[in-house]
Amino acid sequence: MMTKDTIQPLQRFQHMYRNDRHLWRLVLMIVLWLLFMAITRFSKFYSMINFQTMAAQFPEFGIMSLGVMLCMITGGIDLSVVGTANLTSILMGFLLLRLTDAAGGLPAFAIPLVFLLAILIGGSLGLFNGLLVSKFHIPPILATMGSGELFTGICLAMTNGNAVSKFSRTYAKTINNRLFDLIPVQLIIFIVMAALIWFLISKTVFGTKIYMLGTNENVAKFSGLNIDSLYLKTYMLSGICAALGGMIMLANYNSARADYGTVYTLQCVLIVVLGGVNPSGGRGRISGVVLAIILLRLLETGLNRFPRISSYYISLIWGGVLILVMVMNYFTEHKKVVFQEPTHPTLQKETTE
Amino acid sequence: MSESLLETVGIYKSFVGVQALKNVSFSMQPGEIHCLAGENGSGKSTLIKVISGVYTPDAGHIEFQGKQYKKISPIDAINNGIQVIYQDFSVFPNLTVMENLAFNNELAEGRRLVNWKRMKSIAEEALSKINVSIDLDAYVGTLSVAEKQMIAISRALMQDARLIIMDEPTTALTKKEVTNLFEIITQLKAQGIATLFVSHKLNEVFEISERFTILRSGEVVASGATSDLDDRKFSFYMTGREFEKRNFKAENVSKNPIFRAEKAGLSNHFSDISFSLRQGEIIGITGLLDSGRTELALSMFGVRPIDKGTFFVDEKPVSIRSPRDAINYDIGYVPEDRLSEGLFLSQSIADNIVISKIDQLTKKAGVLDKEQRSKEVARWVENLAIATPDANNASQTLSGGNQQRIVLAKWLACNPRILVMNGPTVGVDIGSKHDIHGILHDLAKNGIGIIIFSDDLPEVIENCSRILVMKNGTIVTELSPENTDEKMILSYML
Repeated sequence: MMTKDTIQPLQRFQHMYRNDRHLWRLVLMIVLWLLFMAITRFSKFYSMINFQTMAAQFPEFGIMSLGVMLCMITGGIDLSVVGTANLTSILMGFLLLRLTDAAGGLPAFAIPLVFLLAILIGGSLGLFNGLLVSKFHIPPILATMGSGELFTGICLAMTNGNAVSKFSRTYAKTINNRLFDLIPVQLIIFIVMAALIWFLISKTVFGTKIYMLGTNENVAKFSGLNIDSLYLKTYMLSGICAALGGMIMLANYNSARADYGTVYTLQCVLIVVLGGVNPSGGRGRISGVVLAIILLRLLETGLNRFPRISSYYISLIWGGVLILVMVMNYFTEHKKVVFQEPTHPTLQKETTE
Repeated sequence: MSESLLETVGIYKSFVGVQALKNVSFSMQPGEIHCLAGENGSGKSTLIKVISGVYTPDAGHIEFQGKQYKKISPIDAINNGIQVIYQDFSVFPNLTVMENLAFNNELAEGRRLVNWKRMKSIAEEALSKINVSIDLDAYVGTLSVAEKQMIAISRALMQDARLIIMDEPTTALTKKEVTNLFEIITQLKAQGIATLFVSHKLNEVFEISERFTILRSGEVVASGATSDLDDRKFSFYMTGREFEKRNFKAENVSKNPIFRAEKAGLSNHFSDISFSLRQGEIIGITGLLDSGRTELALSMFGVRPIDKGTFFVDEKPVSIRSPRDAINYDIGYVPEDRLSEGLFLSQSIADNIVISKIDQLTKKAGVLDKEQRSKEVARWVENLAIATPDANNASQTLSGGNQQRIVLAKWLACNPRILVMNGPTVGVDIGSKHDIHGILHDLAKNGIGIIIFSDDLPEVIENCSRILVMKNGTIVTELSPENTDEKMILSYML
């Protein structure tokens, strides 16, 4: 009994490690970074307020990344997430401005209403992308790049590039609240979305189908899957994620503007790849993406605790981490090949002789 | 006896735990046409790679014209006149014919500037060696498989080849193209160039080669003159198993057709196609690659919907515009190209089996019922004897025969009443082929109507109760397998 109990978890751990090298590597990097911060900047980094701030910051691009992940699983990509987010937040900013009363308050239905509308708008914008991809067979990278520009263009035309602000502070205050004075509302929105998407892709038929679609569209067609509808649903979901990201941005900046969050487009793609999603489709898990989101936030916030390191270095370090992880992945993939296909031992022998 | 062109003596080669070649000795004379046969995994590819210097043998040696080599590099092999033409031909699809042909020369001579005139003359000379004419300015990607192969061959000849090794050269060729290829090989023989032909097709071995060597599990099990070989011996050497011929006889045939085509047509591909299929029957539709048979198969499954005529299911006219429509009418389709149409290679065996039925394996609101799913998977893995320790493994880990069983399982899981099989055993080893045919016979007995589209004539004769021959997009005759042989079918096809 004793031995059984001790051996089994170990084996299970080994099994888990072997199946999810990618995840464990991200966990390892997070742990190492946390240790490094503990040694160098313990008091400045390890405070409740710091963690709460991080938890309020990452959901805005985190939720967008979840949408990009879904598209990438089908073998596509969504580069219009920031455009979608900004278009949604600007429209909702206008609406909030209308709803703000003389005393600077908001009617009780305002916040549920703007979220509902945001989901509708995000869904429609995503549907537009989905149509381009499924009905007109435009490669997703081009379709969403184009629609992203289009959405941003609409934002600029509507605002002349100015910020939409001066709406009631009640909105920002509500979203910036903390549940039980502890958990930021942004984080709750993120967790809800992440749980929903996890359920969709790992427990439902839809999930299995999009993995298959991403593996080989032609085989999916020959297997009788409704490809058009799968693309439409996927890009709609991505649009909804992006719109919710936009609503969090609206709260975090207490304003909306056409050029907010422009760095997020690339960041989302990087997170998704870093999280282990195969850019050519068919593979990837939400746990990896969530870990990648957290790692990015920890790195950036941690670096901010070193006043001598300019924030300009952040993309340098972020790029470095990404390349490092990809190179590490290359070596683990490669090692697998060595075990299966025996060409390499001979090559090595030849070079050493 | 003249000096051998090539000889391998007692070659051993093992890869991490697997003995790929055991004491393989074989030889070739100048100008000889030799066939190297064996099932998947028998060591054919490893042997080729040893001869061409890609792998170093663990023991044994290789002789080129009497000169002994313990270890050779690919360059040594090329310098000794060995050229390998792999299945993908190693051509550049985005370059023109001329560029592909002249490329090696230009590189070898270290030229940095392009002289189109010189390249043109090199390319023309290369093609003239095998008497073929191909538009030099065409992009190779737009050419047919046969033309790409011609380019690969003429490129190989430019390097003073004395031995050309062709890896499964006929896999994607039409009958006519195969005949052409064989003519070229005969021409090469006249010029003293030997050909080593890797194949697992029996009729090719008989048709072209003078001598053969058969490998099984890394060992030479038989070698000699092709004239001593027959059908039975060949299967036995390849598999180590004896097979009895089981000709299919239709039993319990339903009175009314389950599927019927009436004057069906698809512009530029086929026209005026009428036939009917009853439950319990297996009908074979054969024809050359360009006879329209593939398109007809695709039309039945809704991938290329017909634009003239009508299909009937249970004598009711139906419109089949997409695979989803076909599935709704209980039509299953095993595609011609398993890799690009049949299987999600990197996904699990289990997912591949259930994907077309997955909407029925739910609890509610699209939530997957894990228990039902694993029952379904277990059922098909057992019924079709898919050889895997774990159905969660990727389907690409299996052999061709087992992969074909997965595709079959995917459709059987949907309970089809009509099964369209476009090349049911392409790229499948002899043993699995035999088993798959057995499965088809059983399915027909249980009341499924099966249509086999194939140009594998022995397969059609053995497994069908009626044979329809297509030529230039129409059905030219219907034959009964009892009083038909391959020659007769061929005479209608050509």
